[in-house]
Amino acid sequence: MKRAFAISAVFALGGCGGIQSAAGRDGMEGSLIGGLFEVFLWTTAAVYLFVLAYLAIALVRGRRHRREAAGLQGQPPPDADRKWRTGLIVFTGATALILAGLTIATWLTDRALAKAEQDSPVEIEVIGHQWWWEVRYDDPIPSRMVRTANELHLPVGRNARITLKSNDVIHSLWVPNLAGKQDLIPGRIADLVLHPERTGVFRAQCAEFCGLQHAKMALDVTVESEADFGRWKAAQLRPPPVPTGGGALAGYSLFQSRQCSSCHAIAGTPASGMVAPDLSHVASRRTIAAGTLPTTHANLAAWIDDPQAVKPGNNMPEVPLTEAELGAVTAYLETLK
Amino acid sequence: MKPEYDPDGYRRDGPDFTGEPLHAKLTETWRDGPGLLGWIRSVDHKSIGRRYLVTALVFLALGGVLAALMRLQLSGAEREIIGPDRYNQIFTMHGTTMMFLFAVPVMDAMAIYLVPLMIGTRNTAFPRLNAFSYWMYLAGGLLLWIAFVLNVGPDAGWFSYVPLAGPEFSPGKRIDVWAQMVTFTEVAALAVAVSLTATILKKRAPGMTLARMPLFVWSILVVSLMVIFSMPSVATASGLLLSDRLVGTQFYNSYEFGDSLLWQHLFWFFGHPEVYIIFLPAAGFVSEIVQAFTGRRTFGYTAIVLALIATGLLAFGLWVHHMFATGLPRLGYAFYTAASMAVSIPTGIQIFCWLATIWTGRPRFMVPLLWVVGFVVTFVIGGLSGVMLASVPIDLQVHDTYFVVAHFHYVLIGGAVFPLLGAITYWFPKFTGRMMSERLGKVGFWLSFLSFHATFFPMHIMGIEGMPRRIYTYPAGMGWETLNLISSLGAVVFATSVGIFVVNMLLSLRKGERAPDNPWNASGLEWATSSPPPPYNFAHLPIVQDHTPMWNDERPVAYGLRVEDREMLISTVIEAVPDVREPSPNPTAWPLIAAAASTVLFVASMFTPWAVVIGAVPVAAALIAWFWPKDMNHEGEPVIE
Repeated sequence: MKRAFAISAVFALGGCGGIQSAAGRDGMEGSLIGGLFEVFLWTTAAVYLFVLAYLAIALVRGRRHRREAAGLQGQPPPDADRKWRTGLIVFTGATALILAGLTIATWLTDRALAKAEQDSPVEIEVIGHQWWWEVRYDDPIPSRMVRTANELHLPVGRNARITLKSNDVIHSLWVPNLAGKQDLIPGRIADLVLHPERTGVFRAQCAEFCGLQHAKMALDVTVESEADFGRWKAAQLRPPPVPTGGGALAGYSLFQSRQCSSCHAIAGTPASGMVAPDLSHVASRRTIAAGTLPTTHANLAAWIDDPQAVKPGNNMPEVPLTEAELGAVTAYLETLK
Repeated sequence: MKPEYDPDGYRRDGPDFTGEPLHAKLTETWRDGPGLLGWIRSVDHKSIGRRYLVTALVFLALGGVLAALMRLQLSGAEREIIGPDRYNQIFTMHGTTMMFLFAVPVMDAMAIYLVPLMIGTRNTAFPRLNAFSYWMYLAGGLLLWIAFVLNVGPDAGWFSYVPLAGPEFSPGKRIDVWAQMVTFTEVAALAVAVSLTATILKKRAPGMTLARMPLFVWSILVVSLMVIFSMPSVATASGLLLSDRLVGTQFYNSYEFGDSLLWQHLFWFFGHPEVYIIFLPAAGFVSEIVQAFTGRRTFGYTAIVLALIATGLLAFGLWVHHMFATGLPRLGYAFYTAASMAVSIPTGIQIFCWLATIWTGRPRFMVPLLWVVGFVVTFVIGGLSGVMLASVPIDLQVHDTYFVVAHFHYVLIGGAVFPLLGAITYWFPKFTGRMMSERLGKVGFWLSFLSFHATFFPMHIMGIEGMPRRIYTYPAGMGWETLNLISSLGAVVFATSVGIFVVNMLLSLRKGERAPDNPWNASGLEWATSSPPPPYNFAHLPIVQDHTPMWNDERPVAYGLRVEDREMLISTVIEAVPDVREPSPNPTAWPLIAAAASTVLFVASMFTPWAVVIGAVPVAAALIAWFWPKDMNHEGEPVIE
């Protein structure tokens, strides 16, 4: 049973499980499910031990019978089988009881998960695209709505209700540290409630095969204090400043005049394409290309220069730029904090 | 007793017509013709079973190579050995090959070969349908693999979820190839299922009542009925998909009043029973092996039969547990949780019975029984992780992660391939007339058993640690590298150990010790005839009086079947009382021609819907020729007592 201990150790170390781990238990849903998992783990481990013990004794007993009896066939005495028949009935009954117990534990957990969906949640809309995440923070006042991509900021200790939609194929949003997954299905609307209990930086990843770059469709999740969340949201609402000179200004002009602006939007500028990630505050995000690369100058440049080399098959075309133009566009994007 | 010549002038077997002269006559009547033409015209269940088995093992090897490539790519973070496009084709091909071209056909293969021998008859009920089934299966497999080699291999997963597999997101022919391969294998599987059901219900030797049928035959009966009820669902699903892709219907398009979840319901209504279609024959192998190697009747015969039937029924009520993350109503999920839990009860009952048999029997620890022990140790882990997956909240965490990959490899390899390898070792002498090497068999077993766990156990932890399935690469620093490396190294050893098994088969085929009729002193009728069996299986049909006919000193036989025409005995469904003697078809090439015509229709219909109309003509012509009334030597006749 060393193995069972190994998994349990992984699971029990809550919080130490890494940034994309179901053992993390950094949210209420994750903790409830983690608790249920432990119930299952120990129950099934006990059952497995029982089967192994039964097998071991059967092998030893059988071997002894073999040594004792010279003949090959023949039946054991009939009353021996009667004893085993009783055993079978008891075994079946016990199995049914254990399974009934596990089923009830499942229902109770499921109910607890279903209940925890009240009190003024943060309303977020996540739309799956091949292969990136569009994220919108809804607000009754339209000017206070935030549109971003490939990142999710959540205030700790408060519910976040995420409405899930898909623009193309089926995706699945999974933040293992916080909760179980939920599919994003075109033509349907689903929701997922998260209740983060610890601040931290987590990683989410698409969990339903969605085509060529399914592997590179991740999402950064930041759980922060209510105050930090407010500051982040306020920063997102401010349009980035238009550069006044230097390489960044050249980059700004290129961004508006070349292909970039037909797909990407940057708040406060004429660029308003809606088919690709909103870049208004791209430099404030931890990663680019849906969690593929950390946001650094070199990575940004490499991505713009040849997106197909970084993430083959993604929908961003290669825009021919000279060395100087590439530097300018990169410099401009880096000002979009 | 009957004289050598009947009043009606036909020669029949009898106590005065037996031994060598009877053998010569029956061989002449029942054997395949000579040469290549004889080979393709064969309707003998043993020839067809053998070629089915070899083909399925070839696909196993091909699927295994793909698995090795995936383990190579995933052995470390950010490897760039295989690109995303190839990788997606590879994992799709691996799943598709293993499920459609290996696991189900290999069980069909064993059943086609063994069932007529185990129930004491000369051939299956519909021998030409059997032959047709093989050709369709082969054509489907070739279609898929030729397409893959030409870089037109399907790349949307073995489950081909829409809309990803639909016309908008998968243009080109890749998904059409997948969908038509499904059509081929469904036709093949249905043909075998119909043939086996009729064989089991109507061709049993006199006295083999349903209650005396070997447990393997019971499992095949249940599985065949499951195939008949589940396969039409996936055939419908893939048909609708082709129609969406080819003629612009909108069955799966949510924006045109179709529904993408419809695909998932149809697919898993087949896909879940499919798992039991693979597992139950393996359970049948285990029951037979345990009985043979403990020298006692498997304990709890009735309980096991009921467990097989219960599994077969429950298997149809579980499919939604593949869809827990799709956001269907919670109350509905609760039902599928309960049903998924419940299906482990009949499986538990079977395990209890097998272990009780070993406990009270006198086990001989030879290679087939070792595989059974390895099966119990491995399969139970897969069963228990299945119980975990039945729980909706837990499933929402580990669904579509490597935890699930670990789970179903424990169930499918531990639960089906281990018993299969045991079964091949066990029946190898019957198939070939030679024994497999015991020593090489033991080495192969231990190496497979240990390396299997090294390969697949770490995947449980990977899944809990957040690694999703079907990703061609993963970033460094996620805590997955060590586990993946262990798994990849394990896979190398596992592949080697399967190689050892194959080498053992090939060596034993040429140099193995000659096998007597009943080398293991087993109880079933298949051991009553020579190894390998003659073309007619049994010179005189055996009469069955109990569950273990070969363990009786007295082995009565029935006389009176014609020897110059292919004639078989039909018995009653429940009591197996001899009922009618019926002619059995001669060798013919029409099943092959019909399969070739169907292949043309199916393949051409990937390109134009007109192929269905025009292609139906040669198919109809072939079928008319196939079923053309023969100049029957005789009609079915009542049995002469």
